[in-house]
Formats: sequence, structure tokens, C-alpha cells
Amino acid sequence: MRRIISVLMENEPGALSRVVGLFSQRNYNIDSLTVAPTEDQSLSRLTLTTTGDERRIEQITKHLNKLVDVVKLVDLTEGAHIERELMLIKVKAAGAQRAEVTRTTEIFRGQVVDLTNSVFSIQLTGTSDKLDAFITALGESIVLEVARTGVSGISRGEKVLTL
Amino acid sequence: MDQLSGGEALIRALHDEGVDIIFGYPGGAVLHIYDAIFNQDKIEHILVRHEQAATHAADGYARGTGKPGVVLVTSGPGATNAITGIATAYMDSIPMVVISGQVESRLIGSDGFQETDMVGVSRPVVKHSFMVQNAADIPLIVKKAFHIATTGRPGPVVIDIPKDVTDPKVKFDYAYPADIKMRSYAVPAKGHSGQIKKAVDVLMAAKRPMIYAGGGVIQGEGAELLTELTRELGFPITNTLMGLGAYPASDKQFVGMLGMHGTYEANMSMHYCDALLAIGVRFDDRVTNSDVTKFCPDATILHVDIDPASISKTVSADVPIVGSVISVLEEMLAQVKASKQKVDEKSLKVWWDQIAQWREKDSLGVTPSEDGITIKPQEVIQAVYAITKGDAYVSSDVGQHQMFAAQYYGFDKPRRWINSGGLGTMGFGFPAAMGIQFAFPDAISVCVTGEGSFQMNLQELATCMQYQLPIKIICLNNRALGMVKQWQDMQYGGRHSHSTYAESLPDFIKLAESYGHVGIRIENKSELNAKLEEAFALKDRLVFVDVLVDPEEHVYPMAIKGGAMKDMILSKSERT
Repeated sequence: MRRIISVLMENEPGALSRVVGLFSQRNYNIDSLTVAPTEDQSLSRLTLTTTGDERRIEQITKHLNKLVDVVKLVDLTEGAHIERELMLIKVKAAGAQRAEVTRTTEIFRGQVVDLTNSVFSIQLTGTSDKLDAFITALGESIVLEVARTGVSGISRGEKVLTL
Repeated sequence: MDQLSGGEALIRALHDEGVDIIFGYPGGAVLHIYDAIFNQDKIEHILVRHEQAATHAADGYARGTGKPGVVLVTSGPGATNAITGIATAYMDSIPMVVISGQVESRLIGSDGFQETDMVGVSRPVVKHSFMVQNAADIPLIVKKAFHIATTGRPGPVVIDIPKDVTDPKVKFDYAYPADIKMRSYAVPAKGHSGQIKKAVDVLMAAKRPMIYAGGGVIQGEGAELLTELTRELGFPITNTLMGLGAYPASDKQFVGMLGMHGTYEANMSMHYCDALLAIGVRFDDRVTNSDVTKFCPDATILHVDIDPASISKTVSADVPIVGSVISVLEEMLAQVKASKQKVDEKSLKVWWDQIAQWREKDSLGVTPSEDGITIKPQEVIQAVYAITKGDAYVSSDVGQHQMFAAQYYGFDKPRRWINSGGLGTMGFGFPAAMGIQFAFPDAISVCVTGEGSFQMNLQELATCMQYQLPIKIICLNNRALGMVKQWQDMQYGGRHSHSTYAESLPDFIKLAESYGHVGIRIENKSELNAKLEEAFALKDRLVFVDVLVDPEEHVYPMAIKGGAMKDMILSKSERT
């Protein structure tokens, strides 16, 4: 099962390498990873997606919690949550293709953020599934380059991940 | 408030932390620190002959005393040489603080002379690590390092210090923090009362109960409480390799060590029990055998551990209890005493009768050699046990001799059996025995080793001469890497690929003598006792006893790969 785990950790050198190292050391997968400081400069928030059965996910959260730099974590997929990923994608767009790409972008509520005579650069946010669907809709033959941020997320309602 | 340099502050902080001995080896990046050591007399520094030995000696000291071992090494090769010892301590959850020098801050990342990314290299084998950026941070970092190393599930912590940070010309106001609180590091509290109640209910209803206790009981100072609880319940108990001494081996409720080379009765009791109280253990593959689905098929599993990640890692616990072993055992004992439901004595009697039958198999019985001359390795351990009255500190290396020592030296007290269980580090035993001898100068520190393992850290014979350590080294010399050879006998058609070297062994007697020690060789069974007596009578000398033992001997019982715990090879001709 796919899980989204959000981790609050000390904003210190080496903290990220400990998290990443844990995954490689114990043979866990990381499908995506995103990290940045929070409103509290002493803390970073790291969000990762991984897959595994319940036992494996339990071990992952336990081992993450054991890392001295990790202050708190939540498995967002355990409850209602909002998941977003940002994608910048560069596609071939010449002649008739330009209208087609523009229409598809509108349908997915993306924005063309840069263009040349033959190329569009498009920005799109959404769930990972939506980004995948957009690439499929455009048709892989016109895709030149994809840059995705990896998933970030937050729980719905009043639940907060904070100290 | 004193004005101290980083180097001085480090040594002062160690002293303020209660450290009185450190094991180390100097080098360029730690020269400022060594100068600070020279100028004080509160902390004794032990100069080893290889950094790996420094970590093992500190480890032995920690295992023997329960206090953290402290190591000081230089950057680059000094730091990397320490890695095996750090990993050894990590696998067995031993509290240790390793201080490594680093190149000057301005040179970090430039491939400077003797530069290694120690924080990076050690990351998978430490509980935590620090890179010091300012001298003024040293007191707080030392405080944190010791706090992390010694609390919760203990483990090694590395402090990497760039040379400029210890510069004697840069001083700051030194103050050692009295207390430490870290928002990201909480020590598990007491075990949950409700969970303990559930466990007690299972134990009281059990017909075939079993207690399985490991190194966590020793680390958590829970041996006394465990003994009290076990006697109160009247249940059979087994200890893991790491847990030997957690319950007295000479007691009638003790069924011996379990696992790959455990006793027949211990492994059978495990397999057929219906309630298993597992304390301070981690269901290691050397215990459960390779297929965990066959492990204790009838048992309700109660698992007590301070590390939540240990619980349900390999074997799912029916009643998990996270907490310090002392807090859980105290409450469990109180609940057992207060419980309205009493132990099912009738079923327990039937269970003990069954165990008595298993015991009759005498799986550790030793068959003397037919010629009456050849010495069996087991006989050596039995003789050492008799001469030391079972009261020595026994360190071991890794291999057949380690298993023989574990099987035949009945440990009645915790912290007497010093061995590398998790990582299985050859070369561990001798330096660990040094750490023991430094901690307990008047105790008998025995190192049971093999001629293979011993050669991995024999340079420490020099350290033992320098500090006059009267260690007794008992070398079970079978002219081969015995455990490797045993597996090759059993699984590779007797093809001894690179496990023998009889023609190139040193003369260990001359070797010991060349370092100024005493060497004694024993070749004939008739002289075994007398010569061992002679060795132990030399109380002020290191004695290397080279015992030529039967090279054909295998360690039994031995778990059958892929089987359950009840599946064992009992001798060269008998299986379960």
C-alpha cells in the first residue's frame, strides 16, 4: 500500500542523510521525497511516499521515530488528508498541437508558464495520479522534460502536525 | 568560570560526566586533545596498539561495568579502524562514546590528508552522531552524547571534532550543563499497566509456559528482578547468547542457552510452549532458526522491550510491552503476587516432567577422546570453569570456541560473559578482556579464543605488557577456522576452502614471550588441569595458554537450517 509520511525534524546538517540512509540500510523504498524548513526555522518538514504492507510501514515509522533528529511524524494516509505535487513539464507544441496542448492544460487546470515557437512549459499541481493522467493525456511522444517535486501533504480538518 | 580551549573542555566535560578511563590512539587531528590529556591527571588514557582494539576494550569495559565506554581516535584511518568496534557495540546495544578527530574545518570536503567523512561512514552503525562546529558547543554535545548513548536502548555515539575546534589558543567560558532535555529524544517511560495485566493473565493461564530472556535484561540491570519473577512463577527459563548470566545457569529452572547451538531441552521447550514471555530479546535469526513461520507454533507471545522497533520486527507479539525492563518486571512481579488466579501447578508439573525427559538426552554431554590423549575443546572450558570456580569474567572471540564457552561455562551472574553476539566480530575477545581487567583489576579476566580470532588483534599483547594486565588467554587451538570448517564439513562435502593454515601458524609460546608474557602449551589431556592451574596461579602475569584441541570436533546441538526450533542435529550421527 502507498503511504505518505510527514516528518518534523531538527533543521540540522546530517538530518536528511539519516532519514535517507535509514531507508537504504533497511531496504525500504522511497518513491518520492520533499523537504524544506517550516515556519519554525529550527524545524524541517520532510514528506515521503513509500509502499509496503502494514508490518513494513509500522517498522518504517518506528525506525523513523527512533532517529534522534526526528521530532514527530504522521502517516497522513491513516486519515483524511490533502496531497499535492507540483510538476513542471516541457512539451513539443507547434502548429495544430498548440491548441490541443492548451486545451488539455485548461482541462487539468494547469498553466502555460513559458513558451517558444515550438515548446510550451506548463505548470500543474495536484495528486500524483492527476499528474500521471496529464502526462498520459498529452501523449508521451510530445513530452520533452518532466520535473516533479514529489508529494507534500497535510491532514484535513483540525488535526495538525506540530510540536 | 574557567576559560578553556576546546581540547581542554572536552577532557573536562568527560570528567564532569564521570569518565575516568578512555581508550585511544593519537594522531594529527587529535594532538591538541592529547596535549590536554597530558596536562591533567583525572582521566586515565590507555594507549592501545590499534584503534579497533580501543573500541573493543571500551566495549568490554562497558559490558562489564554498565558504564559507557569512551574511545578517542584520530581522523581518517584512525576513525575507520574504529568502525568495526562501533558496529560491534551497535549490534549488541552497548553504550559507547567515540570521539574522532577531523581535519580542520576549512579543509573538510577537500580530500585533506587523513580526511574521512566519519559522520557519514559511521552513520549506519551509530545511535547518533555529532559534528562539532564551535568549541563552545563541546560541553552540551558531550552531555547529549552520553545521554543518548546510555538511555533507552543503549548504543554508540560518535563525536567528530575538527582540529581547529580544539585549538589551545581559542578559549571560552566553560560550564557543564547539569541537565539535558531534547525535544526529539524521549526515553520510553514505564511499561503500560494494562498490557502487563494482559501478560500476567496469559502467564497464569498457561499450561506450558516459557521465559526467554536476553541481553536487554543485563543492559537494563534487570537480572535480579528477572530471577525473582522466574522463581515466583516456577517457570522454565532460557537465556540467549547475549543474555547468559541474566538468570543463574546453576539454577534448576534454567534449561540452558537456546538457539542455533542451544541445548536440546531449551529449544524443545521453546517449540512446545504455549505462552512465551520474551524479555529484552529481539527474536534474532540465530534463535528463531531461518523460517519464523515455524517458530513457537502454539505460543501466545508476550514481548517486553525498551525499543518499540524490536517488537513485532520478525515475530509478531500478541502482547507487546514497551518499557524499561526494570519498570516492567517490577510491576509484573507485583501483579503476579497480587493475582487472584494462581499458576496452574498441575499443568506446570506435567510440563516440568516433559522437560526432565528432554534433559535426559544430555545434549551437552562430552565424549572423551578414544586415545585418552587428545583434548576435547569442551573439556578445556569445563576445566577453566572448575579452576575459576565459575566466577571469572569470560570474554570470547567468535567461532567454535565462543559457542563452547557459552555452553560449558555456566554463568551465574550478569556482566560476566563478554562476547560479540550480534556482529560476530573475530578479534573482539582479547581487547574486551583488557577493558574488563581495567574495570576490575583484581578479578580474573579470561579470554577464550581460537588461534584464528586471536591473530586478528594480537598486537594488544604490547598494551597488556605496558599496563601489566594479567589476562589469562585460553586459546582452543584446532589449527583451523573451526566454525567455517564445521560448516564446510556439514554442507560443502568436507571441502575446506581456505579454512586451514596449520603449516603457517606462529609459535604462540614464543610470541607471548617476545612481548614479555608467559606462554604455556598443553597437548596432552593428562596435563590439562595441572597446566591450567599453573597458568591461573600466575596472578600477576598475562599467560597465553595454547591448548591443542581435537580439530575434528563440531559444536552440537545445531539447528537444522529451514527447520523449527525443535529440529536439531545432536551429534555427527544423530538428529531430532
